[in-house]
Amino acid sequence: MKTDDVAGIIEKRRDDRGSLIYILEDIQAKYGYLPADALRAVAEKTGRSLVDIYGVATFYRSFSLKPRGRHLVSVCLGTACHVRSAPIIAEEFERQLGIAAGETTTDREFTLETVNCLGACALGPIVVVDGHYFSNVNVATVKKIIQKATVGLDKVEIKGDERIFPVEVSCPRCNHTLMNPEHLIDSYPSIRVIASFGDKHSWVALSSLYGSYHVESEFEIPEDTVVHLFCPHCHAELIGATDCVECGAPMVPMIVRGGGLVQICSRRGCKGHMLELGEVEV
Amino acid sequence: MISLIINGLEVSVEEGTTLLEAAKFLGFPIPTLCYMEGLSPYGACRLCVVEIGEGPKAKLVSSCTYPAEQGLRVRTASSRVVNARKMVLELLLATCPQSKVIQDLAAAHDVRQQRFKQEDEDCILCGLCTRMCEEQMMAKAIGFRGRGENRDLGTPFDVRSEECRLCGGCMYVCPACQLRCTYNEPERAVCGGCANLSPPCVEKDQFDDMMCYMDPCVACEQETE
Repeated sequence: MKTDDVAGIIEKRRDDRGSLIYILEDIQAKYGYLPADALRAVAEKTGRSLVDIYGVATFYRSFSLKPRGRHLVSVCLGTACHVRSAPIIAEEFERQLGIAAGETTTDREFTLETVNCLGACALGPIVVVDGHYFSNVNVATVKKIIQKATVGLDKVEIKGDERIFPVEVSCPRCNHTLMNPEHLIDSYPSIRVIASFGDKHSWVALSSLYGSYHVESEFEIPEDTVVHLFCPHCHAELIGATDCVECGAPMVPMIVRGGGLVQICSRRGCKGHMLELGEVEV
Repeated sequence: MISLIINGLEVSVEEGTTLLEAAKFLGFPIPTLCYMEGLSPYGACRLCVVEIGEGPKAKLVSSCTYPAEQGLRVRTASSRVVNARKMVLELLLATCPQSKVIQDLAAAHDVRQQRFKQEDEDCILCGLCTRMCEEQMMAKAIGFRGRGENRDLGTPFDVRSEECRLCGGCMYVCPACQLRCTYNEPERAVCGGCANLSPPCVEKDQFDDMMCYMDPCVACEQETE
């Protein structure tokens, strides 16, 4: 069964030269670690020796030969985090989870690892749990982080994730604000615009959280429909010169308060968006 | 043909010849540890360092991996080379002090003691055994694993590999040979070669009891009985 999956992964990558790392990445993505059987299957199918594959698999820290837990906690011990007492945070995680760094809890819930830099030194000490970044972590927040992870980070209030932040936007033509403080989405004022598709016109409320795709509208907009959005104040169409890099539909520009431009894709369901911030005075 | 100057003597060699081969051809001794004829050069031990170039641009390179260049000036025993070699030997001694091969090399280069923290490792990661296994024995049963301070040598998953034919080639070439030590744990043994190959201490007179790490040293005990 496993062998079939692995065979599929290898087959998919067959044309790439030097594709061993991709194959291993795919296997790891599927099982969460690299099972011994899978490595043997890779050796057999690709005609490489098991020694080479094992060497690569043990060389890179991102590959694990042991099963990992459902949640992966990475504590940064890079220089900047280290001087801000990251080792104490790592110790706290070890104490609270009852495992040493590099180990997995017996219930397979948590895997704790230390990493050497996550590239966000100014926000240190950094802890990443299942792809969610926690900045300026201290010993007191360790418990909260574990609790949040146990509940499931995707279910936790979005406020806790600091990559997602609200933006305030206005119409690029009349510069009138598009924010609607009476209609809250994601507990922030929504962005109110008029949408036109087919022969329908309706109001649309967009989440103002950058990175959130929550939308409410008068009529249900079918998936994949390209809509025209209009300013509810000056009735000008919100249209720019650029197309979405994801799907090719026109991008809808809006001015971000504080300087900058946010563009979202006009296709319903497409997650193409970009943010160009100007010189923001802090 | 490429002509280069080694220690002031001009020599012509085929393209692709390494500095080590060219120097050997002229008879200049260069100590080596991870080099072996018939195996691809690896440049791991750095014992074979030589100085190339002139003036401020002169630099140290490993002669076993450096190909001869037209007009290159090579010095195989300048004071810089000798000092570097001594340092390498001190470091090797610190890593693997019990190795008879390293002890002999150190003694030959007037290194009587080393100044570093003694590690008592059983491997200097010279890669001779993996190259022997791959290139001469066509097995690829053992290889490097991990990286950095966790880098070591062995079979995948630490179990006897099906590729391994118990030839014992890896132990035969190992300068720090302790691979056979694992014979006490047959499941983890790299090749179990010691079971069918007499260890070097039996064959070579210069090896004393220090060389043998087997506990108990099976082969030698059988020999003395």
